[in-house]
Amino acid sequence: MYTRSYRAAVTLPPVLWVSLFLLLAYALLLIYSFWSVQNGFIVHAWSLDSYRRLVGNPEYLGVLLRSMRIAAFVTVAALVLGYPLAYYLSFYSRHKRLLYQIVIVPLWVSYLVRAYAWKTILGTDGVLNTLLQALHLTSRPVSALLYSPWAVWITLTHIYTPFAFLPIYAALEHIPRSLVEASQDLGASPGQTFWRVIVPLSAPGIVAGATFAFVLSLGDFLAPLLVGGPNGIMISNIVVSLFGAAYDWPMGAAISVGMLLLVLGLLFATERLEKKWAYV
Amino acid sequence: MNATAQSALLSIRAVRKSFGAHEVLRNVSLEIGAGEFLTILGESGSGKTTLLRLIAGFEQCDVGEIWLAGERIDTLPPYRRRVNTVFQQYALFPHLTVLQNVMYGLRAEGVTAREASGRAEQALALVKMEARAQANPSRLSGGQQQRVALARALVKRPLMLLLDEPLSALDANLRQQMRLELKSLQREIGISFVFVTHDQEEAMALSDRIALLRAGTLEQVATPEEIYNRPATAYTARFIGQTNLLKGSVSTGQARVGAWQWPCSAPEGAANFSLRPEHLRIAGPVRDGAIRFAAQVRDQAFQGAVRIVAIETPDGQQLTARLAASVACDKTHEFEFDPSDVVALPPEEAD
Amino acid sequence: MGVRMKGTTRTSSPVLALHSVLVFAFLYLPIGVLMVYSFNGIGVGSFPPRQLTFDWYRLLFRDGAIWDSVWNSAKVALVAVLLSLLLGVPAALAIDRAKIPGIGIFRRLVLLPLILPGIITGLSLLMLFVAAAMKLSLLTVALGHGTALIAVATTEVYAGVVKLDRRQEEASLDLGANDWQTFWRITLPNLKLSIIGAALLVFTLSMDEIAVTFFLVGRENTLPLEIWSRLRRGMTPEINAISTIIFLFSLATIVVWYRLRMRGETALESAL
Repeated sequence: MYTRSYRAAVTLPPVLWVSLFLLLAYALLLIYSFWSVQNGFIVHAWSLDSYRRLVGNPEYLGVLLRSMRIAAFVTVAALVLGYPLAYYLSFYSRHKRLLYQIVIVPLWVSYLVRAYAWKTILGTDGVLNTLLQALHLTSRPVSALLYSPWAVWITLTHIYTPFAFLPIYAALEHIPRSLVEASQDLGASPGQTFWRVIVPLSAPGIVAGATFAFVLSLGDFLAPLLVGGPNGIMISNIVVSLFGAAYDWPMGAAISVGMLLLVLGLLFATERLEKKWAYV
Repeated sequence: MNATAQSALLSIRAVRKSFGAHEVLRNVSLEIGAGEFLTILGESGSGKTTLLRLIAGFEQCDVGEIWLAGERIDTLPPYRRRVNTVFQQYALFPHLTVLQNVMYGLRAEGVTAREASGRAEQALALVKMEARAQANPSRLSGGQQQRVALARALVKRPLMLLLDEPLSALDANLRQQMRLELKSLQREIGISFVFVTHDQEEAMALSDRIALLRAGTLEQVATPEEIYNRPATAYTARFIGQTNLLKGSVSTGQARVGAWQWPCSAPEGAANFSLRPEHLRIAGPVRDGAIRFAAQVRDQAFQGAVRIVAIETPDGQQLTARLAASVACDKTHEFEFDPSDVVALPPEEAD
Repeated sequence: MGVRMKGTTRTSSPVLALHSVLVFAFLYLPIGVLMVYSFNGIGVGSFPPRQLTFDWYRLLFRDGAIWDSVWNSAKVALVAVLLSLLLGVPAALAIDRAKIPGIGIFRRLVLLPLILPGIITGLSLLMLFVAAAMKLSLLTVALGHGTALIAVATTEVYAGVVKLDRRQEEASLDLGANDWQTFWRITLPNLKLSIIGAALLVFTLSMDEIAVTFFLVGRENTLPLEIWSRLRRGMTPEINAISTIIFLFSLATIVVWYRLRMRGETALESAL
């Protein structure tokens, strides 16, 4: 119904910009990964050197595995915290609008602030230690809380639980209440109704929430830097240092490409799952 | 008055229900017998769906009790009541097959999968849907979904089946067909059906008794014949079928409407009189007791077998008559009716 | 379907309610702690604080570097808003309406920065600027934000686009207005709420953005990076103060954004 020139004018600018700035940018990342570093200079010649070194480096692999482990723990924790919360808001709460606002606010409030807050809580002078001492659970400050993978896990869970909550809540809201009534009418208790009707129908939301939490945790580099300590660094920290002091851009790019492929693969798989389970 | 008092299966006692400031049901009492097809009829907002939901257990009554088969159920959650519901939009589970849907209630009871699937298949056969047992419910038409919903509820052998306007989502032809099927299904199975609708024609066609609900109170509870021929109030007379509502009064044992009068034993005072259009005829030879009058034909609508005629008397009384189509109709005619066909009704409260 | 779904048999669930309270506590207590600390006389340390003071806030207000970085962040955020809207509005329209092949791929591409870890997008843009021989500066940061946040703008505006009544546009064209007039007088005004919501969101996210900024920043810092660099050097209690202010600011912005969104979505039930 619109003229060609109008349609072109609307479609072209974003397409061009995105192609230039995003597509090209990601492509450059890919290209860099196929270069190598010699004598402190980047050699612009095709080489699989970076990938070879990447695969053969046990330290990197170890950090990658640790990152995936932490990300998995964060995902589980975010679901354990987020799903019942979403369920309560959607099916039980009388003030769901207000409570929903309260849940999403932390999402947009400075990541840095929230990560930093945990630093203060977990430190030797921090709230948690003070509390533990006040309750006489420990006699001296526990220094192991901060600067450990656990601190990273707690911080990331704190940051990404609302991310997991959002799609789960949306999915739960989408379930027609008549189905819940029908289930109870047919003799299923609220517990049976929950497992046989509500959970299956909220599956796409669970998948989406888990994906968000996992992918974003995996690629996080700030929390490890703030609270992770030497044992808590994650794969993105290695990449950051490769672009910084360690100056090996191709290697950094290679690791990033690896992460990118992992994430894209995961997204592809979960998208298909979400489609398959989209009953409502 | 209550023909089924002996075998009252469901007893609704003095129930009240409000949503916030809005009182939806005011002091409703109703008894439903075993094996009865009862329709709760009313306009939207009359409270009929709320009443059904109270029986099913999805709402709690503020005041009053509900008893089923000698047991008090209004304190029980829906999954412990031996009633099942067919929902308005069927509420079939989209993530389960047709068969799994029907098995659902049995599995919730703890019936083994084997037995459940056997009984479910029988139930599907009862509603003629056994061929689609493995289908996904969202692929079925409205009529098919409704049958599955029926099977799903009936397979549990409830004491009573509740149906919330199940036919309103279907188109006209299908609705007629489903009406017959529902009625014969109920006869075949023999359990009580409590049917909610706003369609008075439907109510008349299906029910053993009709409970007419108006703004939260029961206006009349009676068989279709009784409710049609002897409506208790002007509202009932107008809601069920068509009628001419004449305003008049009763004094000294005579009903008086304009210039007409006839013997009437209703209480003295202002009154309404209901005269069904089919009881108005073109006047034949003079008969004792019949009220004759001349009237002008204002409008007529040919409807195949009948002709609906709008007439007006010299003193301005407007009436509708239902005549055989073959009867010729000129400008002015003599009409007549029998006073025995007129129902005297109490005057309406000023609405 | 105009029927409002009646509630389920809503009994209460104390277990779930308790769980929810605990989760809310988990989400908010850390920030609460920060806020309390910002008034703490001895800075970070004992809890509860023994002395309450506004000293840290006073120190903050005199801190020139912080204010410079706030100003830098604001400049960047404004450019980011402009850029993301200029591109995001047409992108949302295109995704909804353009029937060309490849629009699906375009949609995924646009949304990638949302789902990918920021580091990947940041690094990629860094390489782009290096290849283009651009010096890193606030400009590169702004371009980076704008590009990455197109995803957010598009998503927000798209929610409004799908609710547009196409027939209004058809009526406009039928009555003689051309494409562009229709766009300015009908389409855009109908998207007003979505656009404002998108602007608010992009602004807030840009003000707080670290991951992408980290790689694109030059000599001048944005606020988050300024805070970050101080954190690396050691904790100063000023940080608690600025964090508290940031939190309150973001809180206000997001509440306004949410109300706007709700107003757009449910014209019948207006919470305002």
